[in-house]
Amino acid sequence: MTAALDPPVPLTPARIALVGNPNCGKTALFNALTGARQKVANYAGVTVERKEGALTTASGRRVQILDLPGTYSLRARSPDEAVTRDAVLGRLAGESPPDVVVCVADATNLRLVLRLILELKAVGRPLVLALNMYDIALRQGLKIDLEGLSKEIGAPIVTTVATRRRGIEELIAKVEAVLADLPPAPVSAWQELDAAQTKAAHRRAQGLMRAYVRPPEHPDTLTGRIDSVLLHPIWGMGLLLALLFVMFQAVFTGAAPAMDLIDQGFGQLAAMVSAGLPEGLLRGLVADGVIAGVGSVLVFLPQILILFLFIIMLEDSGYMARAAFLMDKIMGGAGLHGRAFIPLLSSFACAIPGIMSTRVIDNRRDRLTTILIAPLMTCSARIPVYTLIIGAVVPQKTLWGFISLQGLVMFGLYAAGIFSALGVSYVMRRVFWRGVSEPFMMELPTYKAPEPVNVLRSLWMRGKIFVQRAGRVILPLMIVVWFLSTFPSAPAGASGPGINYSFAGMIGHALAPIFAPIGFNWQMTVALIPGMAAREVAVAALGTVYAVGGSAATSLAATLHQSWSLASGLAFLAWYVFAPQCVATLAVVRRETNSWRWPIIMFAYMLALAYGAAFIVYQTAVALGAG
Amino acid sequence: MNAPLSPADREPQPGLRVRLRDARLGDRGVIVDVQAEADGLDHGVDADELQRRLLEFGFVEGARIEVIHEGGIGHDPIAVKLDDMRIALRRRDAGDVMIQLDAA
Repeated sequence: MTAALDPPVPLTPARIALVGNPNCGKTALFNALTGARQKVANYAGVTVERKEGALTTASGRRVQILDLPGTYSLRARSPDEAVTRDAVLGRLAGESPPDVVVCVADATNLRLVLRLILELKAVGRPLVLALNMYDIALRQGLKIDLEGLSKEIGAPIVTTVATRRRGIEELIAKVEAVLADLPPAPVSAWQELDAAQTKAAHRRAQGLMRAYVRPPEHPDTLTGRIDSVLLHPIWGMGLLLALLFVMFQAVFTGAAPAMDLIDQGFGQLAAMVSAGLPEGLLRGLVADGVIAGVGSVLVFLPQILILFLFIIMLEDSGYMARAAFLMDKIMGGAGLHGRAFIPLLSSFACAIPGIMSTRVIDNRRDRLTTILIAPLMTCSARIPVYTLIIGAVVPQKTLWGFISLQGLVMFGLYAAGIFSALGVSYVMRRVFWRGVSEPFMMELPTYKAPEPVNVLRSLWMRGKIFVQRAGRVILPLMIVVWFLSTFPSAPAGASGPGINYSFAGMIGHALAPIFAPIGFNWQMTVALIPGMAAREVAVAALGTVYAVGGSAATSLAATLHQSWSLASGLAFLAWYVFAPQCVATLAVVRRETNSWRWPIIMFAYMLALAYGAAFIVYQTAVALGAG
Repeated sequence: MNAPLSPADREPQPGLRVRLRDARLGDRGVIVDVQAEADGLDHGVDADELQRRLLEFGFVEGARIEVIHEGGIGHDPIAVKLDDMRIALRRRDAGDVMIQLDAA
C-alpha cells in the first residue's frame, strides 16, 4: 500500500466510541465496522460488558472502536449508562478518552437522538453522526436535509445501512478526515440537565426536526398492525405462551441428541484414558476429575445454545420488549420488573445463562432481586436427581384414571420452585429495599427481521462466555470434589465403599446429626458434598456411596427403594428444590454483582429454605405414617 | 392528591384535560404539562427524578400522544404512541403527564 508511506502513519491507534439510543442498530454497525475482530470483557470494577473491536483504514491507520451501551441521555441511571457517560467524558479509570465520538441514530426515529447529540456537542469531542437504517427512511419517504442538519449540529453526517454494509467505507473515511485534523483536547461544558434544561433541549431538538426533517409519506404501519395482535390482552398472552411452549420443546427435546452425543463422547474419552493410564491416582484424577468435570459442563451446552438462539432472535426482532409489557403486571405483583421474565425463563435450562442475561434489566435493585431468585427455577441439572428419587420412592400409581402420581410430584416440584421464587422476591422487596420497583418505562421498538449474521455472531459470543465462565469454575471444583471423595483412601481390607473413608465421608458423618431431623441418613449427607459441584453429580455420588456398579440407574433406584423411607425421599426432593447446590451459580453471581455479599446472601437464604422445607416435609410425612 | 380513577369509569370527553394515568385506550391529544408533583404514590424515585425520566423519554409539552395498548389486568401497563415512538409505562408513573384531549 503506497498511501501508507506519506503522511507517516501514527503508531498509536485512534480511539472511536459508538454512542446511540437503544435499538438504533449500533451493534450491527459495530459488527459491520470490525467484523470478527472483537473482544468482549468487563470494565474494571463494574459488571458492564465492554465490547471493543479494531479496524485498519484504507490508508493503514489503526482504529480501536468501543461499542458503548445504548442510552437516551448522558445523565446515567444504570451502570451501563454510567459507563457510556464516563467513557465519553474521559472519566473511565484505565481508559483514555475517545478521539472521535460516532453517534449512531435510527434515521426513522430521530427526535430523542437529536437531544442526545446536543448533549454530546456540549462535551466538546469531535462528533460524526451515522444515520443508520437509511434504507427504511427512504422507503418511508422520509426526507432529511443532510447538509443543513450537518451544518446546524456542526458534525459530518454519513448515511448507513449497517445490515447491508452500506455506507461503512464512507463512515470510516469521514472519521479519518476528522482524525487528521483533531482539535486540541477539549474542555467539556457538559453538565447534568435539570428538568427545565431538558425541556429546553427538547424544544431545540424539536426545532431541528421541523427545520431539517420532513415527516415520512408512508409511515410504518406494520409494527402497529403486528402489535394489535401481539399486545392484545388475550391473543397476545396466548401467543406468548405458545412461543414459550415451542421454545421449551426445542430446548429439551431438540438438544437431547447432541447432549447424548457429548455424554457418550466424554464417556468414551474417559474409558480410553483409563485404558491408557496405569491404575492409580493419575487415572482417577484425569478420568473422574478432569474429563468428567469438563463433560458435566459441556453436556448442557446444546440446551444453552438453543435457549440463547431464541433469546437473541426475540431481542433482535423487538419482541422482547413486548414480552416484558405483557408480563409486567403479573411480575409486578411480586415486585419484579417485566424484563425479569426472560432471565427467569432461561433459568429453567440453567441458572447461569439466566443470571448472565439479567443485564437487560437496567435498574440495579430489580436486577439483584432477579439474580437472587433465578436459582429457584428448576434447572435441567435437577431433572436427573428428581427422576431418580421419584422413581425410587413415589409409587407408580394413577390418580383419577389419567394422572400419574410420579408426574404429579414432578409438576409439584416445578410449581414449588416458581411460587417460592415469587414469594422470595416479594419478601426481598419488603426487607431489603422497601417500596415498589422503579418506574417501568421502555421503548417498544419497530419490528425488524433478525439478521442471521448478527444472530450467529451474538450466539458465538455468548456461548464462548458461558463455556469460559462456567468452565473456569466447574473444572477446578470437580478436581477439589474428586480429591475430597478420594483421600484418604480406604485402609487395606476395609469393607464398604472407599468414599466412606475419605474427607467427604468424614464431613458427611460429621454433618449427619444436623441432617437427622430432616430424615437424611449418612449416605444422603455424603452424596450432598460432591453434589455441590453440580446438582446432577449427586446421582453418581449416591451410586458410589451405595456401591452400585455401572451406570444402570434402575439398579440404583431399586437400592434406594429398599433403603429409603418415603418420608426421607420426599424430604430429599424438597431439599433439592431450594438448596444452593451449585457452586458455579454462586461464582457467577459473585462475578455479576462484583461482591461476595450477594452470593453469601443467596447461599444463606436458600440453605434456610431447603432445611425448613425438608424438615416440614419429613416431619409431616412421618406424622402421616410414611416414616 | 387525586386518587387514580378507573379509566373505564370515565365517559369519553373530547376537549377534556386528563392525566395520562387516567386516560382510556384510544384517547389521543397533546401533552400540555409535565409536572413534578408529589402524588403520594411510591414510584421508587422522587418526583423530580420521575419527571426527568418522563422528559427524557420524550413526554414533553406539545408532543402528540395516543394510548394504543393496555394490559389485560387493571388496564395496566399502557403503551402510548408519542409522536413517532412507542413507549410502554405503568399508569402509576404516568400521573404527572397532563393531556389535552382532541376535540371530537
